[in-house]
Amino acid sequence: MRKFKDNLLLGLLWFGAFLTVAILLIIVGYIFYKGIGLINLDFIFGDYSPVGGGGIWPMIITTIYTIVISLVIATPVGILAAVYLQEYAKQGKLVRMIRFATESLTGIPSIIYGLFGAVFFVTTLAMGMSIISASLTLTIIVLPVIIRTTEEALKTVPASYREGSLALGSTKLQTLYKVILPSAMPGILSGIILSMGRIIGESAAIFLTAGTVAAMPEGIFSSARTLTVHSYLVTQESGDIELAAAIGIVLIVMILALNFAATFISKKLNKADY
Amino acid sequence: MNTTLERKEVKESANVEHQNDQRSVKISVRDLDLFYGENQALYQVSLDIREKEVTALIGPSGCGKSTFLRTLNRMNDLIDSVRINGDIHINGNNIYQSKDVIELRTKVGMVFQKPNLFPMSIYDNVAYGPRMQGIKNKKELNKIVEESLRGAAIWDEVKDRLKTSALGLSGGQQQRVCIARAIAMKPDVILMDEPTSALDPISTLKVEELIAHLKKDYTIVIVTHNMQQAARVSDKTAFFLNGEVIEFEQTDQIFSMPKDSRTEDYVTGRFG
Ligand SMILES: Nc1ncnc2c1ncn2[C@@H]1O[C@H](COP(=O)(O)OP(=O)(O)OP(=O)(O)O)[C@@H](O)[C@H]1O
Ligand SMILES: [Mg+2]
Repeated sequence: MRKFKDNLLLGLLWFGAFLTVAILLIIVGYIFYKGIGLINLDFIFGDYSPVGGGGIWPMIITTIYTIVISLVIATPVGILAAVYLQEYAKQGKLVRMIRFATESLTGIPSIIYGLFGAVFFVTTLAMGMSIISASLTLTIIVLPVIIRTTEEALKTVPASYREGSLALGSTKLQTLYKVILPSAMPGILSGIILSMGRIIGESAAIFLTAGTVAAMPEGIFSSARTLTVHSYLVTQESGDIELAAAIGIVLIVMILALNFAATFISKKLNKADY
Repeated sequence: MNTTLERKEVKESANVEHQNDQRSVKISVRDLDLFYGENQALYQVSLDIREKEVTALIGPSGCGKSTFLRTLNRMNDLIDSVRINGDIHINGNNIYQSKDVIELRTKVGMVFQKPNLFPMSIYDNVAYGPRMQGIKNKKELNKIVEESLRGAAIWDEVKDRLKTSALGLSGGQQQRVCIARAIAMKPDVILMDEPTSALDPISTLKVEELIAHLKKDYTIVIVTHNMQQAARVSDKTAFFLNGEVIEFEQTDQIFSMPKDSRTEDYVTGRFG
């Protein structure tokens, strides 16, 4: 009987894992099947033209812009905030409230952030529909994610490392910089990867703040269109599933490449300690 | 008036002990009270720890041994609620009046109950303290690392793998590297809080041999739950009970003819 229960549980676990992988493979497979026919150098590196589709190079560039700008702001700010909350702030009511707030912020639908960005960055700060407005909005979206994951990562650093370092006569800052942050690095990095995913996947908030101009942006104050927004619009306008799938392939490849890059950097960082 | 009285007392006790001990006092603790918030954990602890001796702290769980040990390098400062009365002098300096905790901790090293090497290479672990003090010269660091690892009797076991992760060593090896890391700072005093309680018997023996060796150069204060260990490694033993020092004597005296019946009960295993 116990054996049977064990087997049943094992079967369920196996089935769950199988189902997850299967769904993922089906989706990715379908997208590749539908879209791969359109993928070629002209498609990736060509300029967009409203007649007959054309390339997606402007959207790739716009997507990279938004990722880089928002992470360049959100990563240091988020890490500093988390370090302050976790290592320096007196753990009291105020800190608990800030934590509660960041936690709640991660759960808010991104369209709300988009509306805020449209009012605040686009209009009030007069940045207009632009890459910078969208990137700042995205910064606000991913900031709580980075703060939360960094805090969790800092929490997992054993107290004995802190004690060991301090007992050797190092300062709190040295301890933070040499022992705590390096140990927390894998966790922090996974927060950054998560954030990239959110940035790449975001459509509504970008739609409302960067607009939909389908041309190569002249700078960060230009209105522009990211890959995700583009894929949404082409499906919407022309029902061209194949084009949307081809964009999907590019997105998947980009996300994979970024994940690999992040893992690689994290390994390099860890090696640097030896 | 109070101060004159105190000074007289100290002088007297110094005189008395001078008769049976030639070594000079390294750490002098007077009337030490320690509170965790409202709860008092140490009551009027007074004792003199002599240079290049091993002093063992024994007593039942929760009696304040670790708390006392951590007052000596001010690790208790990390806990917000801790409040302290009384004086601790190390090398004649009142450590709680001086602002420089860093300086204190470079002079008073600590080895913890569980090995707590950092997730770095063996080399970087041992070089960590000196580097934090600003030593960058590669040759100098190499020398410190080798000397410290030799000093901790672990050099031969790790010399070929200095650049590999310290966490790949066995628990006993890790604890000896922890000792090497502490002596890399060239401290005067080494505090050890149950340094062998997480180790197997053979590693324990190695650490005990090491302690016997280290006392030539360092003043050592060690907390232990193991009576045989206290008897084997220490010159003096302090018996703690409920935050008080009940008896502080030569180790052989504590174990052969304790003055206090509570000490006797404890060392003969009748409680605790
Ligand atoms: N961080 C702390 N906050 C509040 N009370 C504490 C703290 N650390 C220790 N105490 C209390 O102080 C008393 C002494 O604890 P301590 O750890 O010094 O005992 P110990 O003799 O080292 O015990 P053990 O042999 O179990 O290690 C205990 O009653 C303990 O509950
Ligand atoms: Mg203890």
